[in-house]
Amino acid sequence: MKVIDQNKSHLKSENSLLSVDNIRKDFPILDRMINGHKLVYLDNAATTQKPQTVIDAITSYYAGFNANVHRGLHTLAEEATSAMEKTRDKTAAFIGGVKREEIVFTRNATESINLVVSSWGKKNIKQGDRIVITQMEHHANLVPWIMLAKETGAELEYIPIDQNGYLNLSNINNIITPKTKIVALTHMSNVLGTINPVAEIISLAHKNNALVLIDGAQSVPHMPVDVKTLDADFYVFSAHKMLGPTGVGVLYAREEILNEMEPVIFGGEMINEVRFDFADWAELPMKFEAGTPNIADLVAFAPALDYLNKIGMDKIRQHEIEITTYGLEELRKLDFIKIFGPDNVLDRGGVISFVDDKIHSHDLSQYLDSKGVAVRAGHHCAQPLVKLLGVTSTSRASFYIYNTNDEVDQLVEALKAARRYFVNG
Amino acid sequence: MAEQLDEMYRDIIMEHYRFPRGHDKILNPDITKEGRNPACGDEIEIRVKMDKDKIETVSVDCAGCAISTASGSMLAEICEGKTIAEVKKIAGIVKALLKGEKFDKSYDIGDIEALQGVNKFPVRVKCALLSWTTLVDAIDAKQTGRQLTASTTEG
Ligand SMILES: Cc1ncc(COP(=O)(O)O)c(C=O)c1O
Repeated sequence: MKVIDQNKSHLKSENSLLSVDNIRKDFPILDRMINGHKLVYLDNAATTQKPQTVIDAITSYYAGFNANVHRGLHTLAEEATSAMEKTRDKTAAFIGGVKREEIVFTRNATESINLVVSSWGKKNIKQGDRIVITQMEHHANLVPWIMLAKETGAELEYIPIDQNGYLNLSNINNIITPKTKIVALTHMSNVLGTINPVAEIISLAHKNNALVLIDGAQSVPHMPVDVKTLDADFYVFSAHKMLGPTGVGVLYAREEILNEMEPVIFGGEMINEVRFDFADWAELPMKFEAGTPNIADLVAFAPALDYLNKIGMDKIRQHEIEITTYGLEELRKLDFIKIFGPDNVLDRGGVISFVDDKIHSHDLSQYLDSKGVAVRAGHHCAQPLVKLLGVTSTSRASFYIYNTNDEVDQLVEALKAARRYFVNG
Repeated sequence: MAEQLDEMYRDIIMEHYRFPRGHDKILNPDITKEGRNPACGDEIEIRVKMDKDKIETVSVDCAGCAISTASGSMLAEICEGKTIAEVKKIAGIVKALLKGEKFDKSYDIGDIEALQGVNKFPVRVKCALLSWTTLVDAIDAKQTGRQLTASTTEG
């Protein structure tokens, strides 16, 4: 709690760590009016807004060097290939300096997980093997494993969560056993905000010769991540949740593992030699990237990474600790609001899920929208988890680098007004 | 937008939402059916007590939003004492009204007309339809002896 107290002095003022005012100028959408109010965008866990540099990069690509990649020998083709591959280098550097061959581009985190399941999973998971996931997974890291277990006859075991929204590890040695072939879990929950002790779980899994897939969709955008130090075998995330364009996902996997995996999509770009009766796969990572990729968005992901690097992931994490501390403090003052997830802000990311004890989350988010405040309502693609919380849906406010304590105040004011509208009206 | 919001949350809707009819579960129903809105995870349970080919009472158990609660309350209110054919006709009117399509204006649908404001909010149409879809499915299933699986608002 020490950190929180230290920060208290400037909770009300503009955050001291980031120059949020300047950051906001880089995001044209933040000037938008929504229903007569200035947009308060608090749905960053779903997708973040984009800085001008990212928006411009898409135009520059189409206006200046549009061409197919890895094929032509002309100038445009070389420029396009080089820009796209630069993004790969930057991505590799961003998650702790892995090899560029270890970065496979997909459409999104969901596709990255599906690639692992379809290729590595179908080859390595057999009847009687165990797949371990957790009760707090997004459907993206849940449904593919359910399907794989069904298809192979493997058992699917869940690490449970406790009352406070943490993983309950008390029985972990009976869950991750020598039968376990893969453990797949989220680094940070998109509903509870919980940051999981992934290093500890990876180490335990490795002792049992199991591999580990980490769903980093909510962690990579919000805190420093070094997949080598974590010793993750697979690590996935989406560009659109970290200032980048939609349509770009990342699969990191250790080179030895990728070498052993077969492609699941076949065609151009991914072959070395093709005869009429034979094909030989291209080198990594191309063998997993059949067909023309999403070049424009891949090119435009680079300035998103540059933007985050310029600020620094440590500072971004600090900013989110501050604003989440403030958000939790202010929301706790509302006795009709129940908040889910860990109490200690250091154990959670910038995500606050809550319910009003009288107003359904649909009505609430509709009302907040009429005040310009954008939050997410529903089950957040984690139906089993939300059910465990004893509700059918929650509202969720999630923060990023451009959010301010003022915006938290506007959320709180709108919540009070909703109360007057629906309950005491 | 504030006006549009008020257009959806009209007084009649808010009144049904705060004091829903048919909220107490029927204890010995002839038909019981669950419905689910996959978009938000809301679940309801409809119970029907028949009196020959007429509906004696309907209960709608739901922990849904204001729109689905109010719509369910209106359903319970209007369906009481109606024949199956009448109920289906009303359900058809509700659907048309919510989707902004033409419907038989000569038929008296009482409070239900207030649901019209919902059609400006396409995602909320499903909330308003859930109880109606579930009831019609339940009646159809009963009539044809089909297996009762949970209804959804898809389609
Ligand atoms: C924890 C988590 N995993 C996976 C995903 C899926 O991301 P995408 O839809 O970009 O594939 C999300 C996004 O909602 C998420 O929050």
